[in-house]
Parts: sequence; structure tokens; C-alpha cells
Amino acid sequence: MPTRLRPYLLLAPTLAVILLLFGGGVLLALMQSVGYLPFLGRTEITLDAYRAILQQAAFSQSFFLTLWVALASTAVSTLLALVCALALRRPFRGHRLITFIFQLNIPIPHLVGAVGILFLFSQSGFLARLANLAGLISQPADFPAIVFDPWAIGIILEYVWKTTCFTGLILLATLQGVGNDLETAAQNLGANRWQRFRYVTLPLLTPSMVSASVLVFAFTFGAFEVPLVLGQRFPSMLPVLAYRSYVDIDLNARPEAMAMNVIITLLIGVLIFLSTCASRTKRCAVNGER
Amino acid sequence: MTRIKQTLQPRTLILAAIVVGVLLPFVPLLLWSVSFRWLYPSVLPESLSLRAWQYVFSPRAEVLSALGYSTLVALLVTALSILIGLPAGRALGLYKFRGKTAVRFLILAPTIVPTLAAAMGIHVLFIRYGLVDNVLGVVLVHLIPVLPYVVLILSGVFANYNPDFEAQAQTLGASAWQRFRHVTLPTIFPALMVAGLFAFIISWSQYILTLLIGGGQVVTLPVLLFSFVSSGDNAITAALSLVFIAPALLFLLATARYLSGNQASLGGFGKL
Repeated sequence: MPTRLRPYLLLAPTLAVILLLFGGGVLLALMQSVGYLPFLGRTEITLDAYRAILQQAAFSQSFFLTLWVALASTAVSTLLALVCALALRRPFRGHRLITFIFQLNIPIPHLVGAVGILFLFSQSGFLARLANLAGLISQPADFPAIVFDPWAIGIILEYVWKTTCFTGLILLATLQGVGNDLETAAQNLGANRWQRFRYVTLPLLTPSMVSASVLVFAFTFGAFEVPLVLGQRFPSMLPVLAYRSYVDIDLNARPEAMAMNVIITLLIGVLIFLSTCASRTKRCAVNGER
Repeated sequence: MTRIKQTLQPRTLILAAIVVGVLLPFVPLLLWSVSFRWLYPSVLPESLSLRAWQYVFSPRAEVLSALGYSTLVALLVTALSILIGLPAGRALGLYKFRGKTAVRFLILAPTIVPTLAAAMGIHVLFIRYGLVDNVLGVVLVHLIPVLPYVVLILSGVFANYNPDFEAQAQTLGASAWQRFRHVTLPTIFPALMVAGLFAFIISWSQYILTLLIGGGQVVTLPVLLFSFVSSGDNAITAALSLVFIAPALLFLLATARYLSGNQASLGGFGKL
């Protein structure tokens, strides 16, 4: 086997699967969104589906709801992850146990997380009962609507619950990778705690925080299970709306479902592109200063 | 005095919040799974029963068949993804070649772009080639979210791998299989385990891809669980949820030491 071809041959099976199933899927979604559905006898290319969904109030409401959920979940979980990673960083009594607990929900499926949040936060749920015991509320309706609510707080809570640990472990790994040397040096030079955090630790963590936030944003923008369990029916989150349109008996809804998929994919693609550019520029700027 | 000061440190509060925050959603799950009557406003179930657990493990219920489907699909996906992903991980970890950045980006794309969008797009082709309503189609569609993680984890181990040992074994007359079995495999075994467990868990957790491609014929555990969530039988929903997370917990016990620390497999995501 020629050495130069070797990596390509080793990569061939994986690339075939990804290109065929994933690339092909995205491409077919794009084709169906512009009205090319030969299996339904339609081959005329048109932007009608995009025009139609952009005029629907349901689409724009879903879009902004999804954007809100993704932004809020990402912001809250990244901030909490930073706090947790800093707290778990140095060894203490029970460190192993608490780190283990912190990892606990990483492999838990979102569907189960959503059921847990539902049982916890519904108006007759576990917390409502505790609030009743404490004399804070007298009947279920007094407990704030946190699931099936217009602000999608229940969905955000589930995402924060899961992704704080995900981002936190990434940050923890980064912290353990860089060690304490730079902070000790800053301390020796007279930097106080806040200065060490602001000018040493935080810049070291920023690249990992950006990567993790992008992953979390992309996931929460495109995920399906949690809104299905914890979201209100209308307006629904964008992936749920897309799926409902797709399985609609009205076949005209199918190009619209695909158009929503393309919009979701494009938005995430643009975001990834921007964040890659931003981190490149930043890295160049840092190197330039040196 | 120092002791009091220590317990009131903000870090202690944060640690307590972590423990409560992570574990709290499991409390009502455990309680509901053994409850018989649990009406508002009782904080604890009024009467206990093993009805839900008996249902879950009764041979007549759909649960055993769902467990069977979930296990079959996840095992096939794990085996297939390692078979396909191992060479790719080696290529990405060991070699420098033209277009490596683009290839890496392409392989990782399904971890970021929602797989549901791609699955809805490819659905028509699956229908045409008879890949819907059966296990084979579900296994294929699960490869989309699984394969990138397998390749990512395995490329990590090959980045620190020294192929010279294989060359030495070859010089000593070892066949290709012997080199793989006695040189490569022992070195990459821990990463292979982590990749396999990741693959199993990701496949095990899939709901919407299975529903879309399985068409209600391949009723895996999450598909069944979701029908109980919508039916509102909290006790069975809770028991089924706990069965559903059992392999995840085993997974964590087996791999906890690889998830954090210097050799963290999750650390790779920070460099994406």
C-alpha cells in the first residue's frame, strides 16, 4: 500500500458513512426545501416553502422561543460550569466523591432528565409539595408554572442540569492541563485573587469555554426530546415544529419542514463559522502581542 | 473556630449545591417508581407498591422486547462504529496529510449540526431502499451521531501512539493479525473501551431517530418510555426511566477515571 494513500484508505469507510448518510441527508433536506420532490411528482424548483414559513406567525414565534432557550441555557450553564470547575479544581476531603457526582448525569439520556424535571417542577410536583409543607403555597395553582410554560423555563432547567456538568468537565480538564504555575507566578508578582482570576485563569479557560458554549448552543437549538416532554404545545420549539410539519398528512407541509431544517442547519453553521473566526483572530492577536 | 470558618466557605456552599442540584431530579423518580398512592400535597408516597417494577419485569409487558431491541441495536451500532471508526481514528491521530483539517471538520459536523435534520432529509432514500421499519435502518441512522465520537476518542489515543513497535514486531516475523492482536490492541484497549461505551450509550439514548426510521416497528426502550410519559402513569414512567439509565450508570462506573483528569477524553471537546 503506497504510504501517501494510506490515511485516505483508512478514512474511506468513515467518510463514506458520514458523506452518504449525513451529507446526503442535509443535501436531500435542502433539495426538498426548494420543492424538488420527485417521489411526489414535483420537480419544479421554488422558494415557496421559505416564503410560506417566513410569513407564518407560528414559525417566527418558534424561532424566537428556540433562540431564547438556546441562549439562556448556554449562558447560565457556562457560568455555572465555570463556578463548579473552579470549586472542584483543587483536592479536598470528599473530592473524589463530589467529582463523581458531578459526572453522574453526563451519560443520563435527556429524556430521563426531562422526566425528572417534570416530576420535580410540575405544579403538583415534588417541589410544590415541599413548598406546601413549608407553608409557602396552599394549592398546586399557587406554584409558579415552570413546565409547559411560555418562557420554557422547564426546558432551560433540564438543559442547564445536563450541560453544566458537560462544560464543567471540559473546563476542569483544561485547568488540570495547564496546572498552577502561571497563577503562582502571578501571585509572586503581587497579583491578588481577583487579578489572578481575571488576567490568568479566565484567559486560559476562554477557548474551552467558547468551544463548549458553541456545542451547547448548537445542541439546545436543534434538540427534540426535552421540548416534547416539557414544552407547551404552542408555540413549540423549532425542531418540534419541523418534525410535526414533516409528519403532517398535508404533503405541502413537507417542503416547509425541510426549509425549517435548512434554516436550523444554516444558523448553526454560521455560528460555528463565526466562533472559529473569532477564536482564530484572538489567537493571532495574542501571538502578535508576544 | 477554624472549623466553622471552613464550613462557611463559599466553596462548601457551591459543593453542596452541586450535590443537591445533580441528585435532586432522581429523588422523585425513585419515589414514584415504588409509589402506589401519592397525591398532592404528600411529600412522601402514602402507600408503597412494587406494581411498577413487577410490570417492568413481567414477561408479558413490552418492556422485555424493548430491552431486547435497544440492546441489539446498541450492540450492532457499537461493533459497526468501531470497525469503521478505528482506521479513521488511526489516520487522524498518526498521519499528516493534505486536507486533514477539512476531513476532521466533516467527521465532527454531525456532533454540531442536528442529526434530526439530516435524518428527515435521508428518510426518502431509506424508504426507497427498504431501510425503514427495521433494525438495519435504525442501526444505520444511529451511526450518524455515534461515529464522530468514536473517531474523536480513537484519534486521541493514536495521537500518542508509537507505530515503531508494530514495525519491530513485523521484523520479528509477526503477521498483520498478530501485530494487531499483540501490539496495537493492548495499547489502545482503554480508549477502545471508552469509545465502545460512548457508542453504546449514544445509540441507547436515541429517541427521535429511532421513531422516524423505525416507524413504530422498532420499539426501543426510549420509544416505549415516551409513550408512558404521554400516558401519565407516573409509577411506570419512573421505573422505566430507572431501567433506561442503568447502563449509563454502569458506563460511568467503568469510565469515570477516563472522563476527568489529565487524560480526559472529554478534554478533546475543548479543542474543537
